[in-house]
Amino acid sequence: MSPTPIQETGSRAPKSQQSLTIARSAGDEAIGGTVTASINGQEVKVPLGTTILAAAEKIGVRIPTLCHHPDLCVAGVCRVCVVEVEGQRTLQAACAFPITSPIKVLTHTRKVRQSRRHVIDLLLSEHYGECYACGRNNNCELQGLAKEYGVDFFRFGHPSKPKYEIDRSSYSVIRDNDKCVLCRRCVRTCIDLQEVGTIEVAGRSDKSYITTFKDKPLGDVVCINCGQCINRCPTGALRANDPTDEVWAAIDDPKKHVVIQTAPSPRAAIGECFGLEPGAPLTYELNTALRMCGFDRIFDTNFTADLTIIEEGTELILRLYKALVGKDANIALPQFTSCSPGWVKYLEHFYAEYIPNLSSAKSPQQMFGAVIKTYYAEKHGIDPKDIITVALMPCSAKKFECNRSEMDDSGYKDVDYGLTTRELAKMISEAGLELPKLPKSDFDAPFGTATGSGVIFGATGGVMEAALRTVIELVTGTKVESLFEKANIIPVRGFEGVKYVELPINEVGPVPDILKHLVPDWNWLKGATLKVAVAHGTANAKKVMEDIKAGGKFSECHFIEFMGCPGGCIGGGGQPIPTSPEIRSARAKAIYAEDAAYEVRKSHENPDVLTIYNEFLTDGPCGHKSHKLLHTHYVPRGKYIE
Amino acid sequence: MLMTDRERLAGEIKALAEKHGNCRTALIPIVQEIKQKYRKVDDFAMQVIADQLGIHPVEVYSVVSFYAFLGSAAHGKYIIRLCRTISCDMQGKERVMRQMENDLGIRFGETTADGKFSLEWANCMGMCDQGPAMLVNEKVYTHVTPEKVHEILEECRRSFGVHATEQKEVYLV
Repeated sequence: MSPTPIQETGSRAPKSQQSLTIARSAGDEAIGGTVTASINGQEVKVPLGTTILAAAEKIGVRIPTLCHHPDLCVAGVCRVCVVEVEGQRTLQAACAFPITSPIKVLTHTRKVRQSRRHVIDLLLSEHYGECYACGRNNNCELQGLAKEYGVDFFRFGHPSKPKYEIDRSSYSVIRDNDKCVLCRRCVRTCIDLQEVGTIEVAGRSDKSYITTFKDKPLGDVVCINCGQCINRCPTGALRANDPTDEVWAAIDDPKKHVVIQTAPSPRAAIGECFGLEPGAPLTYELNTALRMCGFDRIFDTNFTADLTIIEEGTELILRLYKALVGKDANIALPQFTSCSPGWVKYLEHFYAEYIPNLSSAKSPQQMFGAVIKTYYAEKHGIDPKDIITVALMPCSAKKFECNRSEMDDSGYKDVDYGLTTRELAKMISEAGLELPKLPKSDFDAPFGTATGSGVIFGATGGVMEAALRTVIELVTGTKVESLFEKANIIPVRGFEGVKYVELPINEVGPVPDILKHLVPDWNWLKGATLKVAVAHGTANAKKVMEDIKAGGKFSECHFIEFMGCPGGCIGGGGQPIPTSPEIRSARAKAIYAEDAAYEVRKSHENPDVLTIYNEFLTDGPCGHKSHKLLHTHYVPRGKYIE
Repeated sequence: MLMTDRERLAGEIKALAEKHGNCRTALIPIVQEIKQKYRKVDDFAMQVIADQLGIHPVEVYSVVSFYAFLGSAAHGKYIIRLCRTISCDMQGKERVMRQMENDLGIRFGETTADGKFSLEWANCMGMCDQGPAMLVNEKVYTHVTPEKVHEILEECRRSFGVHATEQKEVYLV
C-alpha cells in the first residue's frame, strides 16, 4: 500500500487543492483497507474513506440530506446531515466526513436534532412561497424535511414578499430563485456533471444567489435546456415550462384534432409518478389513459425512430460512399447523431465548427410532427391547421426544439407542444385516472407498429444499436442474429461514459431495393472496419469532441451517438424526480425488456415505414421529399454572448 | 494594423494567461490586472478569460461578484474605501465620511461625473489601532481627519493636474 500522489477526482478544484486519496491496491481486506465505525453503538466495517452518510446507510440508519446527491460531488453546504462525532468539537456534516480511523458517531442526539431543526427553520426563513401553489408539492425535499422534523411554526419568520423575479425567458426551464435553498445541486449538475456551465453562485454570504452569466435571462445565455438541474433540484426553484393548460384547451376545442406521440422513455418511467418502483413500463395502460383524457389519436414515436434510422443510416452510407469511393475530402466524418436536442444545442454552442458532422436528419419527435401535418393529414382528409401535435417526451430540451424556427417544414409548426413525463402524469391525475390500474390498449393506425429498435432509442447506445442492426443487414445481407445473439448488440449497451466498438465487414450482400438508386454495390465496403462510438451526458461528449479535435482515435470513427443527458433519454430532464444511477439502470432494463418482447426488432422491417416510402416519400430515403420534411439544418451559436 | 478594442483586450488577456498559467488558479491574478488597468471587468473580458482558462464565463462572474475589490461597480480613477467597522467608527469615521461626500459632491457607493473618484465602504483593513483608516486605490491612509481628507483629495487632483499640464507642454512644444 503506497499513497499515490493525486488521483483524478473529477473535482473542479485545482490539483494543488484536491484531496489526497490513498490507493488501496491491496484491497479492502488488507490492514488499513477497512475501518470500523460505531454508529449509534452499532459497529460497521467500511472501506477507508467511506463517508459517515454511506456507512450509516449500510446499517439502515437514515441521515437526512438536502445538498447531497448520488450523481454529484460532495458539497457539505446545507448542514442538514450533521451528526455528533466523538472527539470533534463541533457537529460534522455526515455527507462530507470520510471515515479514516475508528470513530464513534451519534446520529440523533438532542443536540443533533435541535441543530437540524434549526437549520431547517433557517432555510424556511428565506424560502418564499406556499407549498400548495408549487409544482413540487408532495415531492419536495425541503417540505419532506420540515415534516420529518415537525416544523409547526416559522421560528425565524417566513418571507411575505418575493425577492426575485421568476425567469420565464427559456422555452424549457423556468427559474424561481425565491424557492431556492442554495444547495448548489444545480450548479454542480451544470458545471461538473454536464460541463455546460450555465449557472453558478454569485455574490457573497447572505446576498449570494444562483444566477446565470451577468444575471442575464436564461433564454439568452449558453444553456442546452437538458433540464438535468430540474431533476436534481430539491425544491421548486427549477421547473420545466409547462404547456398542459394549452394542451387541455386544445383537447376541449371540438374543432381541433389532437394527436399525441409517446416516446419509449416516459412510458418506462411514468409509473414512478404513480407510486410504482422504477422499471415498470406502462406503455399500453398509457394509451388507454390518453384516450380517456381526450386525445384523438395516439401514436408511437418509435415509428419515426425507425424512420430516423433509415434516414440517418442512409445519410451515413452516402457520406461513406462519397468519402471512400468519390474521394471527396469535403465530406464530414464521423457523422454525429442528431436525435438529442440538448446535444445539438451543445454542439452549436461549443463546437459550432463541427455542425457539418451532425446528421441532417431531424429527431424522431420532429419527424413525427412533419409527417402528421402532411402525410397523415392528406390521408385522412384533415386540414393540417386543425391538427395539434403533442409529443410526450422525457426531455425538457424538446420544448425548445419544437419551437426552433426551422421546424415548420410542413407549413405549420410541426410539433405544437412538448410534454414531459411529469406533466403528463399530472394531466392523468387531473383526469382522475389511476394509470397502473387501467386496462391495456394499443396504438392507433397508421403509425402504431414499431420495432424494438425504436424502443431502445431511450437508453444510451440505443440509437447506435438500432442503426447497426439495420446497417449490418442492409450491407452484409446476413441476419444480425448470426453475429450477435438475439440481435442484442451488447458492446454498445451499458452506462460507461464513452464506448468504442469496431465492426469488421467481411462479407457484403446485394444492395437492397430501397437503396438501389444511391449506391451500385457494396464492394467498396468489403474488408472495411466500421468504427463507432457512443457517449452520453455532455461531459462525456466533450471528452470525445476534444479527442476528435486533437486527431485522436474518435476522429477515425465513422458514426458516433451522442446523448445530452446521462444515461440517455431515460435520464432526461423531463423524467420523474428523483433520479439516481440505480433508477436510470432500472428504467434502461425496462426498455431492453420491451425491445426483446417485440416480434419485429429492426427498423427496416417495420411495415409502416415501408408503406410511407411506397406511398408518400416516393423518392426514397434521403430523397427530395424526405429532405424537405425529415431533414433540417443547424445554427452556429458560439459560446460568446453579448 | 487596425485593431479593435476587443482584439487588443483579448490579446492582453492571452498574454496574462501565459504569464500566470493557463489554468483556473490564474483566474484571480488575471482579473486583478484587468481590473487595475481598465477599472472594471466587462462581459467580454470575462468571457475571454473563461475561454483562455478553459472554464465557464459564469464561473468568472461568480468569482468577480464574490470579491468586492474585483467586481464592485465603482470604477473611478481613484477608488476611496473608508473603513466602517467599529474601531474606525469610534474614532470618527462619520466626520471623515461627511467631509469626503461634501468635497466630492457624491454619496458613498457613487462615482463622480468626471469618473475621477469613487467612494466605497470597506470592512476592516487591519488598521484598527490607527483609525480612521482609508484606502485610496492601493495606498493606506491612517489617522484620517476631515482636514487630511482635503489634503489627500488635493494630492489626487494634483496628479490629474500635473498630467494635464505635461500634456499641454508637449502640445505647445
